[in-house]
Amino acid sequence: MHSLTALDQLEAEGIHIMREVAAQFERPVMMYSVGKDSSVLLHLARKAFFPAPIPFPLLHIDTGYKFPEMYEFRDAMVEKIGAKLIVHRNEAAIANGANPFELGTQRCCGFLKTQALLDALAAGAYDCAIGGARRDEERSRAKERVFSFRDKFGQWDPRNQRPELWNVFNGKVNKPESIRAFPLSNWTESDIWDYILREQIPVVPLYFAQKRTMIVRGEQLIPVGSGGAGSLKQEETKEVMCRYRSLGCMPCTGAVLSNATTLEAIVEEMTLVRISERATRVIDHDADGSMETKKREGYF
Amino acid sequence: MSSASANSSPTKDPELVRFSTAGSVDDGKSTLIGRLLFDSGNVYDDHLAALEKSSKGNGQSESTVKGSALSLALLTDGLKAEREQGITIDVAYRYFATNKRRFILADAPGHEQYTRNMATAASTAQVTIILVDAEKGVLNQTRRHAFIAALMGVPRLLVAINKMDLVGYDQKRFEAVRDQFLEFAPKLGIKDLRFIPVSARDGDNIVTASAHMPWHTGSTVMDYLETIYVKGDANLVDFRFPVQYVLRPDAKYRGFTGQIASGMIRPGEEVVVLPSMRKSKVRSIDVFDGAELKHLPEAQPPMSVTLTLEDEIDISRGDMLARPGNVPEIKSQFDALVVWMNDVPMTTTKPYLMRHTTRDTKALINSVAYKIDVNTLGRLPGGILNLNEIGRVSFTTTHSVFLDSYERNRATGSFILIHPETFHTVAAGMVIDRHSKEESLDPSQRNLHTEVSLVTQSEREVRSGRKARTLWLTGLSGSGKSSIARALERKLFEDGVQIYRLDGDNLRHGLNKDLGFSQKDRGENIRRVAEVAKLFNDAGVTVVCAFISPFERDRQQAREIIGTERFVEVFMNTPLEVCEKRDPHGLYRKARSGEIAEFTGVNSPYEAPKMPEISIDTGHLTIEQAVEVLVKAI
Ligand SMILES: Nc1nc2c(ncn2[C@@H]2O[C@H](COP(=O)(O)OP(=O)(O)O)[C@@H](O)[C@H]2O)c(=O)[nH]1
Repeated sequence: MHSLTALDQLEAEGIHIMREVAAQFERPVMMYSVGKDSSVLLHLARKAFFPAPIPFPLLHIDTGYKFPEMYEFRDAMVEKIGAKLIVHRNEAAIANGANPFELGTQRCCGFLKTQALLDALAAGAYDCAIGGARRDEERSRAKERVFSFRDKFGQWDPRNQRPELWNVFNGKVNKPESIRAFPLSNWTESDIWDYILREQIPVVPLYFAQKRTMIVRGEQLIPVGSGGAGSLKQEETKEVMCRYRSLGCMPCTGAVLSNATTLEAIVEEMTLVRISERATRVIDHDADGSMETKKREGYF
Repeated sequence: MSSASANSSPTKDPELVRFSTAGSVDDGKSTLIGRLLFDSGNVYDDHLAALEKSSKGNGQSESTVKGSALSLALLTDGLKAEREQGITIDVAYRYFATNKRRFILADAPGHEQYTRNMATAASTAQVTIILVDAEKGVLNQTRRHAFIAALMGVPRLLVAINKMDLVGYDQKRFEAVRDQFLEFAPKLGIKDLRFIPVSARDGDNIVTASAHMPWHTGSTVMDYLETIYVKGDANLVDFRFPVQYVLRPDAKYRGFTGQIASGMIRPGEEVVVLPSMRKSKVRSIDVFDGAELKHLPEAQPPMSVTLTLEDEIDISRGDMLARPGNVPEIKSQFDALVVWMNDVPMTTTKPYLMRHTTRDTKALINSVAYKIDVNTLGRLPGGILNLNEIGRVSFTTTHSVFLDSYERNRATGSFILIHPETFHTVAAGMVIDRHSKEESLDPSQRNLHTEVSLVTQSEREVRSGRKARTLWLTGLSGSGKSSIARALERKLFEDGVQIYRLDGDNLRHGLNKDLGFSQKDRGENIRRVAEVAKLFNDAGVTVVCAFISPFERDRQQAREIIGTERFVEVFMNTPLEVCEKRDPHGLYRKARSGEIAEFTGVNSPYEAPKMPEISIDTGHLTIEQAVEVLVKAI
């Protein structure tokens, strides 16, 4: 007998949660956002059911503003493992030209992410959506349950959550109420990278440092050439060695200065970083507590 | 993130330690947690900056120097609404790492009403840290926190005696508080108990040793967390594998997935399947390594694996694999300590859904033997449990469950109760080992083992959809017992309840026609009625009895025969004058004139019930209203 490491335990817990979802729900779906957390999620799902296929489809909420590398990676990955992928876009809002510069990040997310997500979940009549959110990401997530109850509008009420003890999860709902399940609840950003390294999980190349041409605005490195970046064209660009810590929509995702070109280097970098992951994302800077507001409305 | 001991290089593959914290409001719990995080380099700069901004925004005057007490407390703060009220109300999880270990902290607030949250936080903890204010010493709440940690099976308790700066870092004060704690702690049976004097605000003995308390030669809080021996926490003896999900990708492969709850397993070892008791051998322990299926030489808790067996046996979710010589108890009747977690109080009339490991069943609550006063740790009489109450409860389940005592096995000794309609998680239960603890105080429990029928009580009750009751209407002649009993029977019948009425009409003329009205005969009459009512109840039929039953002793006997959890004593509280005035059959007149001997109220006494479940004043209620009261009550 050997003693299990922290990663072994987190993996065991993640797989357990995946299987609970498959066992407890009629129509589960797994959110796949193509980022590093999604990559780990997908890996755990494969582990949970192999040699059987993953017993639920993957759902990508596409805002149309994702990095081209993400679309490429997504399609290649799904092809490779033979998973079923559903892509959902809020076509009406996209046709209306929804963008964060005119609407503000909050409202843009509201249309392209939250609304799209709620529509997609309703259209599929999914009773459970698995997400890759981690409790350490943001303050309001610290109290999130592993099985998070959502009312019939997909909304989250922090005061109306079920107590969760041991590893016993209560997924019973009166439809159209639903559950959001979070197998990575107890993982930190460091754990994610340690695990990706250990398991050699493929991730989008944007996570690795390389020379990129970026708009440098104060501390922020903003990608050039994204759909909505027209309003930024006066700003000066620079070629810098950088990488993305977190991947979202191009107009709202910043990069960080970094020389980490390998998984080992990223893991090393994680032990030194002084700034939280979310700080590199523009989206959370709107207002204090904005994540909580979005979550209440149905965001992941 | 950087770590406490920046000089030593990080342990490769660190262990995980889960702990919870508890403390009364203002004991400094948030400050202590903030200190742990901050002094170990686990706070991001931008988080700290945001907190400093928001403490200013709150109009707080306290300084916002990095690491000041206020910001530290805010670090552990959660949701917006709660922040506005200045309180935290739920369990919040924190994650941090040092060079030695990875930590998961479940932080529960210290308010009176949050037993529920504390129990939740402690359910997975390997250590609980309890904060005590050195000035205030041990409070009721301290006792409660320690009790809950013990109840939830947390193997170690660290008592951090805080605000030592306010007592001049006085060793005597520390020892006095420690001794207060030791007065009650031994009876909680906590295996490992430690005390550390700290000043959370200034960081003394949190991560760095205190210069103010050289007399404390023990470890700091962080040292303690980094060095406790947690490897021994897992039960490696009793192999238990609750089957979670069955994999059948093709006709050849059949894999049983699950998380190993306890014990070790290797290929070739014999296993037995509960409840079918079929035996087989483990063919392989499978995991996926990202490229292909890998077979493991052994597996241990809490690994999530897939087992394949040598023989084709029908196994599904909710079954359990164990070793033939070491199986859990297979039970449909058992006792547990229960923490009630919902605003809606417990009911004993409808079954709850019980989830025990991966197994679901319906569970009826038979009775609550006693409640535990979490402040004094004394016992209170049973009844029903309300939010945040803890008690010893006896259950009957539709399907058998595979139980170990919680003391021995946290995974197979625990369960949750789910409300059958709202699906809320309403309670958490910890199975009591009948052999090691005293027998239930509930006398109805003693009969459970005499059951010989192949159809269990719970099965009947589940079929009839309710727990059958006996409504025992007692009162003077003319108090309205019979009219109300008849109306009630009609009403419940229409509501679809299986109901039968017993009164003098249908018993005195047949079964009891050999009996008169002497005290002795009245007693025998009531005894027989009670036995009949019990049989009806056993068959799932609710009974309404209408008998004068004037003697307390006889009614008490009926209660014992029928079972106190089924027996509902209803007192027809109508004054003698009213009854006599009504005199529907002219009996009072006859009694007064001496034509009837031993007539209750006239020449034989009526002992009014001292503590009836329901009391009905028929002088003021119509029959319909009285019926409504009774229908509501059951
Ligand atoms: N003097 C002193 N005050 C402290 C200490 N620890 C916390 N406090 C103060 O006690 C108050 C309550 O602390 P807080 O951490 O919010 O308590 P909680 O309610 O247990 O979370 C705050 O004003 C803290 O600054 C300490 O070690 N010494």
